[in-house]
Amino acid sequence: MRGFITLVERDLQLALRQGADAAIAVVFFVLAAILFPFGIGPEPSVLARIAAGIIWVAALLASLLSLERLLQTDYDDGSLDQIALASLPLELVVLAKATAHWLLTGLPLIATAPVLAVVLRMDPAGFGILMVALAIGSPVLSLIGIIGAALTLGARRGGMLMSLLILPLYIPVLIFGAGAVEMAVSGLGARAHLLVLGGLLAAALPLAPFAAAAALRQALE
Amino acid sequence: MPVFAGLDLCCLRGDRLVFDGLSFELQSGESLILVGRNGSGKTSLLRMMAGLLRPWRGRLLWNGAAIDDDPDLHRTRLRYVGHQDAVKPALSAAETLVFWARLAGHRGDVDRLVGNGLALFDLAHLADVPGRFLSAGQRRRLGLARLTVGSAPLWLLDEPSSGLDIASIGRLEAVLADHQARGGLIILSTHVALELPTARTLDLDDYALDPAAALATAEDGAAAPALDDDGMPERAAAGAGLAEDATVGEARA
Repeated sequence: MRGFITLVERDLQLALRQGADAAIAVVFFVLAAILFPFGIGPEPSVLARIAAGIIWVAALLASLLSLERLLQTDYDDGSLDQIALASLPLELVVLAKATAHWLLTGLPLIATAPVLAVVLRMDPAGFGILMVALAIGSPVLSLIGIIGAALTLGARRGGMLMSLLILPLYIPVLIFGAGAVEMAVSGLGARAHLLVLGGLLAAALPLAPFAAAAALRQALE
Repeated sequence: MPVFAGLDLCCLRGDRLVFDGLSFELQSGESLILVGRNGSGKTSLLRMMAGLLRPWRGRLLWNGAAIDDDPDLHRTRLRYVGHQDAVKPALSAAETLVFWARLAGHRGDVDRLVGNGLALFDLAHLADVPGRFLSAGQRRRLGLARLTVGSAPLWLLDEPSSGLDIASIGRLEAVLADHQARGGLIILSTHVALELPTARTLDLDDYALDPAAALATAEDGAAAPALDDDGMPERAAAGAGLAEDATVGEARA
């Protein structure tokens, strides 16, 4: 457990020292979401209807953007070999990496989302549920993402390949994440959608580390 | 019983058989130097010993127990220094070592341990310098200093002297000799001569099945045709030995 915390701390320390890395995901999130009003036009009723979807799609892409470097830098400089040889089981290593990724991208996205919701004229009734849905859904994105990152480790143009692998797997999170906000706005109650998101998290939390650790072992051979 | 032993190891990379029928035994306090041409499988063998690479065939034993019976335990017994130094540009030399010491499970007096490790490789004056400002040789020394934080008995070093100046090689030799004196095991690959007490040499070219390697070995010898003739039956004998082992294994099963 201490090794787990040590690893998370190091990743946070590294990301904060190279501040740009951590900021890029959030800036990308905001920019990608703001592109939509330019493309669709500023009609408030249109924007309000698709705001939740836009925010979730932007969140998926922002999460994906920072995934490529999650394991690749450690792989390239030999750190991953050393981490794999530490006493910490590889499954926990993966979980630590995903935790650091969530703290560095997921958490800032949750904090920024209400601002974007205002910009996109979303019904204020959905703000709370949007944040709750993101809070449950974004860890799933990090957990699924790290499987893709581990699978494409060391591959040429791994980033592209990873997007192709990961984006289809993100679809359930997108459906129920955006759906929850939709339900809240229309007054139907988002409980069912949030429960499904919670179920996805409950499945990803124990399974993703095993899948990613198996992929890592393969990559390290 | 040897502390660390490999039995009839075979390494397959892609569809190329790198080496086959390789065995070794090490008692505590002994060291083994791996030599061989490029691509003869020195790095693969070291990664196998570390448990990062699974042998295609054969077994690695620690005190008689196969290392893949309990890979978590085996990892606590070893330190591995690969081609890359695992030095982060944003972390200072001291922070790097503190991280590795913590990850290896050290608590409490990590600072003294790290100070000691830095001093052994003449890095004390660079403790606060970020990795990005270290030279290749200094990064190498920092990678090697990781060996000294902790008390793992088995050290696996992949060309530890690359990029080091003569003074640093001297320091490395002193650290290695000290580890051996305390009963540690060292297995390293190298292309330059390193002074190690009681070191044995394992030439991986002897186990190569690649025709080019057999040719290279033959060319090294004075009586090339004779060696070439010897080479073939020898390999055939090795093959027969393996077949025998396999039958014994089957019979036992």
